[in-house]
Amino acid sequence: MDIHEYQAKEILNEYGVKIALGGLAYSPDDAVQRAREIGGRVWAVKAQIHSGARGKAGGIIICKNHDDVANAAEKLLGKRLITHQTGPTGKVCGRLYIEAGTDIAKEMYFCLLVDRSEERIVMIGSAQGGMDIEELALTHPDAITKIYIDPAVGLQDYQAREMAFALGIQTDSMSHAVKTIKGCYRALRDLDANMLEINPLVIAANGDLLALDAKMGFDENALFRQPKIAELRDKTQEEPRETAAADRGLSYVGLDGDIGCMINGAGLAMATMDMIKLAGGEPANFLDVGGGASAERTEKAFRLVLADQNVKAMLVNIFAGINRCDWIAEGVVQAVKKIDMKVPLIVRLSGTNVVEGQRIIAESGLPIITAETLAEAAEKAVQARNEVVAREA
Amino acid sequence: MAILINETTRIIVQGFTGKIGSFHAQDMINYGSCVVGGITPGKGGQTHLGLPVFDRVKEAVKEVGAQASIIFVPPAFAADSIMEAADAGIKYCVAITDGIPTQDMMRVKNFLSRFPENERMILTGPNCAGTISPGRAMLGIMPGHIYQQGHVGIVGRSGTLGYEAADQLKRLGIGISTSVGIGGDPINGSSHRDIFEHFERDDETKVILMIGEIGGPQEVEAGLFAKENMTKPVVAYIAGLTAPEGRRMGHAGAIISSAGESAAEKVALLTEMGITISPTPAAMGETVAMVLAKL
Repeated sequence: MDIHEYQAKEILNEYGVKIALGGLAYSPDDAVQRAREIGGRVWAVKAQIHSGARGKAGGIIICKNHDDVANAAEKLLGKRLITHQTGPTGKVCGRLYIEAGTDIAKEMYFCLLVDRSEERIVMIGSAQGGMDIEELALTHPDAITKIYIDPAVGLQDYQAREMAFALGIQTDSMSHAVKTIKGCYRALRDLDANMLEINPLVIAANGDLLALDAKMGFDENALFRQPKIAELRDKTQEEPRETAAADRGLSYVGLDGDIGCMINGAGLAMATMDMIKLAGGEPANFLDVGGGASAERTEKAFRLVLADQNVKAMLVNIFAGINRCDWIAEGVVQAVKKIDMKVPLIVRLSGTNVVEGQRIIAESGLPIITAETLAEAAEKAVQARNEVVAREA
Repeated sequence: MAILINETTRIIVQGFTGKIGSFHAQDMINYGSCVVGGITPGKGGQTHLGLPVFDRVKEAVKEVGAQASIIFVPPAFAADSIMEAADAGIKYCVAITDGIPTQDMMRVKNFLSRFPENERMILTGPNCAGTISPGRAMLGIMPGHIYQQGHVGIVGRSGTLGYEAADQLKRLGIGISTSVGIGGDPINGSSHRDIFEHFERDDETKVILMIGEIGGPQEVEAGLFAKENMTKPVVAYIAGLTAPEGRRMGHAGAIISSAGESAAEKVALLTEMGITISPTPAAMGETVAMVLAKL
């Protein structure tokens, strides 16, 4: 789960990380009010969306008077910002963070994340801040320092000092840098974050070490013990159908294609989508209905898939393990009867009681296309989709 | 011989008396697994499914000679149960539980690494379907009847995609020595590579099928290990060709977050390492058959 910059900064500030003065605004009037409270002569008006690279997308505007602040706020609020991290649909900005302008002497990069290979938290830093770290890793790998943290003892002071030296921090700022780095680590560990990125971390002209941007991502599996973090969820930044699915205990990801899918199991779901692609189609979604796949759950899943107006055909692929194909077939038949389906439906069942399941589908009298194998199911789905498109044209 | 479990492996169920634990314990017993009891703290001394219930894993090891355990404990308490099993001297543990926090798993891995290698419990999962040595023993939640006994070793992240593979093989008359689910989480007990080592040592296993997916470095690490250390051929399928970057595809670990984690990149790297790729998920069975035919 992602949170906004202003939320991450509030958290980090509690852990001893310095930030510039700032405040949240929901309207141009708010924004001007915040600028007044902050004082000074330069402010950054920053769009709060769940994405990095906001600057390049025009989401950060530097202002030198209150009128400019109001205009910038007017321009950004309600605006859909598209970055390489948001995908083509972008994200709508509903909140602004107004921050005091900072005179920057030096920009650095700092992050902490879970390294899956080492199974530890790794601290990554570079004296070259403000850049895309993945790009830097490719072009100048020597400019990046990685330090792994032992989960048994946590981050040690010498490691924090080593990182501070790697960031090019001078001796007189060392103790504050160590405090900042350790604060970041404690925030990550205490709050079950799996990612914390400060890009850039800056040394201001007055010598202060400040987090000028902040991004945090949290482990969804740990939200049960982090109620304060769970409250920070901003559903406006999530795809509404994905949120609706999650609220119903279904795992759904919307995609750009037009063949809707309902599958049990994440791996089989990905594999079925691959099969659709290989057969010449494009999946409209990822949807794992889980092991249960009761009639009620099946109906919910159908409604979710068909709510996507792009869907031109729907493929159901269920491997019945503990449950049985006949139960699933009845659930599908019930769902189709309840929902007025406008697109062709292809069903492939396999596993326990498959013959019985196929019989129930065949005898339902519904126009359901059946398939025996995964390959056949994908081919029939693509064919059905093509026929719908041809008819529409 | 199969790997990790066989008909003599003495199994206990942690989270024995709960609804899910009871259901699958019965299913494992019906399959013929040697289930010798279960653990539910506070219910020690009772009998459940005709078997003794213990408060602590240590007692089950002492009283009924428990060697392997399967965990159905809720996510908040699962890491604790795994560590208890390891400390009690359990040799092999399958964690079925989905939703264990990543930092808990980091602590579990660190805890396990402190045991000397010959005394260290092997852990597979969490968030997996378990392990089955067909015809011998099932330590998991899979439909046992779709697995035929034979010579293909399977290791995979996904439950139902593993069933699909077993089903394809069975249709071709090909059996399985052991199928191991390592689970869909970012940090798991054993990697593909760890399981490769077991299969390489197992006389019965002739070919290995690795069912991987997007996210993380494990498939490529296993491929490199196979190239440098293994005599047995490996077939691989990587799911998630259509998965967009930065989006979690169901499994907590199925997310492309850095270079080399997409399906296409993994396939390219594995091909370079001499691994035979199943080009589609529908071709897993026939690709294994083709490799078997060449032996």
